[in-house]
Amino acid sequence: MGHDHEHHHSHGHGHDHDDPHSLLPSEPALRVKAIESLLVEKGLVDRGAIDEIIEMFSEEIGPQNGAQVVARAWTDPEYRERLLEDATAAILELGFSGMQGEHMVAVENTDDRHNVVVCTLCSCYPWPVLGVPPVWYKSADYRARVVRDPRGVLAEFDVTLDDDVEIQVWDSTSEIRYLVVPQRPAGTDDMSEAELAELVTRDSMIGTGLVASPASAGPGSAAD
Amino acid sequence: MDGVHDLGGVEGFGPLPIEIDEPAFHHEWEGRVMGMYLLMSFWGTWNTDYGRHVIERLPPSDYLSMTYYEKWLAGLVNKSVETGLITRDEVATGSPASGTEPAVGAPGEGVFRAVFPKGSPTERPVDAPPQFAVGDRVRTDAHGHSGHTRLPGYARGKVGEVVLLHGAHVFPDSNAAMAGEDPHHLYTVKFAARELWGPSADAGHSVTVDVWEPHLVPAT
Repeated sequence: MGHDHEHHHSHGHGHDHDDPHSLLPSEPALRVKAIESLLVEKGLVDRGAIDEIIEMFSEEIGPQNGAQVVARAWTDPEYRERLLEDATAAILELGFSGMQGEHMVAVENTDDRHNVVVCTLCSCYPWPVLGVPPVWYKSADYRARVVRDPRGVLAEFDVTLDDDVEIQVWDSTSEIRYLVVPQRPAGTDDMSEAELAELVTRDSMIGTGLVASPASAGPGSAAD
Repeated sequence: MDGVHDLGGVEGFGPLPIEIDEPAFHHEWEGRVMGMYLLMSFWGTWNTDYGRHVIERLPPSDYLSMTYYEKWLAGLVNKSVETGLITRDEVATGSPASGTEPAVGAPGEGVFRAVFPKGSPTERPVDAPPQFAVGDRVRTDAHGHSGHTRLPGYARGKVGEVVLLHGAHVFPDSNAAMAGEDPHHLYTVKFAARELWGPSADAGHSVTVDVWEPHLVPAT
């Protein structure tokens, strides 16, 4: 391939971007394969270590962790107090901590206030409690719109709040990471902490979902 | 920098790509990018803020058209070349330059698992007390600068109220330039939507932004 000095792909006009990444094949899977081979051959990365990271984020680190935090807060008033006072320490009590969750703040939804989390500048997200973010969270659409029109965005998640509910959007512009504590749904008084954790969804901990009562929970439920 | 990454409030975007039961990774290569991205940071030639700035410096059209993990891959390659871990020629040929010895000491299995729970806290001790307290009215900088900064465009030159103090944290504006951590007090500042978006905004809507002290002055 003759790269020489021509602008060999569509970087738009007026730019003289000659980024090294543009030297890679255009197909993402091939691009990744090429760079992985290079980095392994140079001794810079270990394939087994990559596999381990994929396994961790696929199976161990995900919203099931945050759901345990929320369920504990719903069932243990003293834990709830500690969570709202120092979320990093309270989350560590349940064994969750680390990268992208070093400085946690928990924000609680109430009858009067609903919280929603975004990162408009990139895609900051609290990995230890929620895992890696979903595509919509990382999309330009969400990042652009939710700070300006949160009700319009929430409507796309079938979330409609009363007009008198204040909406507070938290833009994650530092290393502080926010976890929304959703409201406990009605009809769950008899449920155990573990059963409650099963009800808590990822979106409810970002603020784009509500936790449904068990009678109406889940898409395709026969209950309604 | 006033880049296209600074998306808050930009109009014209469309419906969200919401997917039910979304997997952590849609393709195996996405997970491999994440793995390489995290492992390459062990060489210590960049920091988180530098890495964010590298992605912000992608051509605007690429930034908006690439998927998240494509951006990570582009950022990884660019910063690996910029900081000397690999060369342009090696990227182009896909092979190490002839005569180079493989590096020794790449993190193997178990290393990331061991360091993940510790993370990389950014709070630092400083001598100066915080200039602001909860409840104080503050005004943000009206202008940014061409380096990396975390004050979004929509929140510049705006008046808000301090709602949280976080202690002093590594200052991205300096850290991204590899010019030192230069920690400053960090605050969560709450802005009424009407302050940000004008009188037609919902009165019951607010946005908080985390802002470092150098970007704040007392609001009069």
